[in-house]
Amino acid sequence: MSAAPAAAPPLAVAMRGIVKRFPGVVANDGVDFDLGVGEIHALLGENGAGKSTLMNVLDGLYRPDAGEILVRGQRVEFRSPRDAIAAGLGMVHQHFALVPTQTVTENVLIGLDRPRFRIDIRRYDDEVADLAARHGLTVDPRARIWQLSVGEQQRVEILKMLYRGARILILDEPTAVLAPQEAQDLFRTLRSMVADGASVVFISHKLGEVAQIADRVTVMRRGTVTAAGVAIAGTTTAGLARLMVGRDVVETIERTPFVPGPVVLAMRDVEAESDRGLPALRGVSLEVRSGEILGVAGVAGNGQSELAQVLTGLRHCSRGSVTVNGAEIANRTPRDAISQHVAHVPEDRTGVGTAPNLSVADNLIMKTYRDAPVSRRWSIDTGAVRRFASRLRETYSIAAPTVDTEARLLSGGNLQRLILAREIESNPRLMVAVQPTRGLDVGAIVTVHRLLLDQRQTGSATILISEDLDEILALADRIAVLYEGRLVGLFSAAEADVAEIGLRMTGGTASSPAEPDTATQAVS
Amino acid sequence: MDLTTILAAGVASGTVLLFAAVGEIFAERAGVINLGVEGMMLIGAVVAFGTAVATGNPWLGLVLGTMAGGLLSVLHAVITISFQAEQVVSGLALTFLGTGLARVLGEDLSKAGAIALLPTLTIPGLEAVPGVGPIFFTDQSILVYVGYAVVPIAWYWINRTRPGLHLRAVGESPTAADTLGVDVYRLRYAYVIVGGLFAGLAGATITLAISPGWFGDLTVNGQGWIAIAIVIFAQWGVGRAALGAYAYAAIGRLLIDIQGPQELFGIPNPFYVNHTLTFFLGMVPYILIILVLVAVSGEAIRKRIGAPAALGIHYVRGERGH
Amino acid sequence: MTTSAPARQPEGERVRLARTIRLERRLEVPRWLPVATTIGAIVVALVISGIILWFAGGDPIAIFVHILRSSFGSLGVISDTLVTATPLILTGLACALAFRMRLWNIGAEGQFLMGAWGASAVILIPLVPAGTPSIITIPLMMVAGMLAGALYGAIPGILKAYRDVNEIIVTLMLNYIAAGWIAYWVFGPWSEAGFQLTAQFPKSAWLPRLSDFASSVPAFGGLTVHFGLIFGIVAAVVVRFLLFRSGRGYEIRLIGDSPRAARYAGINVARNTVIVFAMSGALAGLAGMSEVAGVVHRLQLVISPGYGFTAIIVAYIAKLHPYGVIIAAIAFGALILAGREIQPSGIPSMIQGIILFCLIASEVVLRYRVRIERRAA
Repeated sequence: MSAAPAAAPPLAVAMRGIVKRFPGVVANDGVDFDLGVGEIHALLGENGAGKSTLMNVLDGLYRPDAGEILVRGQRVEFRSPRDAIAAGLGMVHQHFALVPTQTVTENVLIGLDRPRFRIDIRRYDDEVADLAARHGLTVDPRARIWQLSVGEQQRVEILKMLYRGARILILDEPTAVLAPQEAQDLFRTLRSMVADGASVVFISHKLGEVAQIADRVTVMRRGTVTAAGVAIAGTTTAGLARLMVGRDVVETIERTPFVPGPVVLAMRDVEAESDRGLPALRGVSLEVRSGEILGVAGVAGNGQSELAQVLTGLRHCSRGSVTVNGAEIANRTPRDAISQHVAHVPEDRTGVGTAPNLSVADNLIMKTYRDAPVSRRWSIDTGAVRRFASRLRETYSIAAPTVDTEARLLSGGNLQRLILAREIESNPRLMVAVQPTRGLDVGAIVTVHRLLLDQRQTGSATILISEDLDEILALADRIAVLYEGRLVGLFSAAEADVAEIGLRMTGGTASSPAEPDTATQAVS
Repeated sequence: MDLTTILAAGVASGTVLLFAAVGEIFAERAGVINLGVEGMMLIGAVVAFGTAVATGNPWLGLVLGTMAGGLLSVLHAVITISFQAEQVVSGLALTFLGTGLARVLGEDLSKAGAIALLPTLTIPGLEAVPGVGPIFFTDQSILVYVGYAVVPIAWYWINRTRPGLHLRAVGESPTAADTLGVDVYRLRYAYVIVGGLFAGLAGATITLAISPGWFGDLTVNGQGWIAIAIVIFAQWGVGRAALGAYAYAAIGRLLIDIQGPQELFGIPNPFYVNHTLTFFLGMVPYILIILVLVAVSGEAIRKRIGAPAALGIHYVRGERGH
Repeated sequence: MTTSAPARQPEGERVRLARTIRLERRLEVPRWLPVATTIGAIVVALVISGIILWFAGGDPIAIFVHILRSSFGSLGVISDTLVTATPLILTGLACALAFRMRLWNIGAEGQFLMGAWGASAVILIPLVPAGTPSIITIPLMMVAGMLAGALYGAIPGILKAYRDVNEIIVTLMLNYIAAGWIAYWVFGPWSEAGFQLTAQFPKSAWLPRLSDFASSVPAFGGLTVHFGLIFGIVAAVVVRFLLFRSGRGYEIRLIGDSPRAARYAGINVARNTVIVFAMSGALAGLAGMSEVAGVVHRLQLVISPGYGFTAIIVAYIAKLHPYGVIIAAIAFGALILAGREIQPSGIPSMIQGIILFCLIASEVVLRYRVRIERRAA
């Protein structure tokens, strides 16, 4: 599928010299980007390289500080995504912009000029259903968003853009939330769209899928382009990786062999409900031993959050037992879990893991403020707090001007260091880490992985819940697969078969030959 | 102690609460709590009454009173939407300001004599329907009939139209609405002001139709707060808000009428015999509100429904909240 | 070195508000700025109030001079100002404590009334025999007042914590109910000869006043400042310690900033909700006790010109800091005191509203750098 005809092709999009600054950061520093008609163009780079910013500029969400944008040869100046849509350009963000309480059709209709006033919902349900069928996007137009899986929600996002007549589609890391098989479905849809004359920008940091889906690739690093529109056929993944990271990628995670210790965590037949009152965990039983990292793989929304919450006392379970070193913690309080030395690196760093307007010091004592030396009978020893916080800031290299700095001013990587510092210092017997590296750049990811492996060395048990299969493959001693609240597979890391895991993640059972694999290229 | 009288009075006084509650539903559906309903109602009431006294024209009073409520709500909109201040505190400030301003404006009005009121209507034909006619369609203020019309219109607007779709989107997920080109700020401004207009109308309804006159704070006497409670009871639905408003007002009337007769159900009426006991009657509506809120909250927890998801949360483009 | 992706760095994002005003999130707030904006906001509020008064046909300068003179003009009126400030300090602390946890206790007025009722009950039921000395009566009244306020405050706390009932509405309704309750007692069982007030308390139930010591210090003659002011100051010290030096205070601040983080940290949010509401109610109840024992010396229908509501503004002006509450309470004590003579009677309430508005509007300056840009069309 070549998209480079000899004659000068009409460009769907041409961005020239785009500069976008944020206070303290130049996110895009004179970036050029071309998108041809009928091609899938991958925009490759690490987290923080500026790819999302560039595409947000294209989409009208941000206004560039310099540079110009041409769409189909016409100079454009988008003030909002609405202008972009009017020019046939639509973006699907990593975090979906959907109204959970409304139906699929209602979500598709938001922001449109028609109908003028009265909404004949049946007519539009039919239209949306037709459109969905045409592009192989199976979803019920009458369903409410909160009832849909993450994959289905993504389809709604794409439908929204198609319904608006978007011929240029920007997808920001679309596979991050999908199982390998769902990703294949998405790729099929994208191929049928470009065959139809549409154009796609595909933002990613995964070399494997870029190699599989893209016609050309543009690589960004630190706000600049390091390779512009290279045909995918002429590249090697190693070469792309070097362009992306700026150095040779050596996966340096060294792990000592797994020496199983005594069982720390034992879950027996645990059932729990989601916030919506639907079954979220259905009879989960597992054990994690001292010195072991158990990776829990699965597509988002299959019970991972609930699993972590049950383990940390944040969610009641309707059945079953959870013991840590023999002590029952199911249906107790978070405080009981903490006193059993269960540490928790939560999924939501800013909403749960930290209090944004409290100081770094106050955030660091969240788990220890009840104990000496911080607590002195009735009072809190502010001197001890400062000493404790300063030590952690040094030891874990938390880049904050002082320990009095408010946590909201920290970058994602530093926030995660803060959380890990606090949790590790609480001497955990069980570490529950959920999506510990999501949204972090490579440097921070390496730090987090190192800290988790060091923690394993100390003999604590670790549950690593991640949607990033590469991360699980790199760190885990055993891999459990969670699908619709059930454990549908348990593999030792040595014999893990990615295709098999991927199949289980989407509810497949037999080990039938899977699609061409996508997730084997571990470049994190 | 006549049931028809009590219910008819409930519908009449309930219209005040209905207007205020519908206005608050619009604002809250857009994601903005406005606790200044009491203040806006007072301003609406005093401006409407003052205009009617000065010009002898209650219609002009109605228009200006309504607009005065809307004008006051602009302050709340600026402070909470543009300046992103805490909505709760801004609403309280609006109540203080509205109350004080209304008292300043109304200084001489308490001595004003009778004014020309808005007309009352009896609907021929409907009036004769047994049960319903005497309660809803006999000798009610024209504003009561406006209330009947407001309920279905507001419901239709919210649930069946394009502007209503956008209203709900802005209150549930402003990020989603914004990325699709819905102007979150503009819509929130608009619906906060709609809420203010309705509160002004509610205040004007008191002084021009239901219980004419100016009695300082006591003119509204906490009905703004009751309206907010009704919104929660109604779970942000217009129909249920109407039901709550009428029922609350009818109970209020019942509690007054119950003090009249010397005997109740054949025994001496304790509230007639010992007047101080009526203070307990006076507490009943407020206790009732608390009990109803407790019940509704149980229902909301069971059914897992609730307020608009973005209610009370500022929307800042580029920040992730909802 | 790590820098996060700009797109994920919300504090760096520019916010488009109106056509020409741009707000940029501040990264650091200079220490002097909160104080400066508070003072600035109050000045702006007074100017706006002055303009409104001027339009209403009044002479704003004369009114403000009158307010200053009749509240700080002599030792005697300063003393009266402090008397008015005393319940505001205690109710202001009640609000500040609750607001720190983002519990909207709008019910300080009701808790104040119940505190006054509880303290009065000690004398009027009576719980102590006639002739009981002050040293026993006064502490009993304090306990009764605080207990009544705490229990009354615990109601919205319990409903909020365990049934998720909106505390704003509940506390407001409880204000009305408390007013009815007081009315019942002063018109009914405790009525003095059918008037809407109770018999005067015996001297042993009066808080000592400065004028009580005029025999030894003649300068104290006629000064009405009573012991309740000491309650207020001690309470401020205690609340400050509680908030910033105790584990409970840490929990309150953590919950106030992020309830989900607090739950994650193993904090029982529901229990803290009840405790803080009860503590808040106890402070307001103590204010009620101090008012009946220190000022009116009886229970009567009207004992508060809305202290519990003004307390909300006091707490806000003080930026929820206990010591700031003392200063703000004195300022508003002056406004209320002087306001009694100002016509129309709505002026103090209007000025309060305007001050609160300007204050919350000014906070935008703390969070954002305001830049006015002309946008190229």
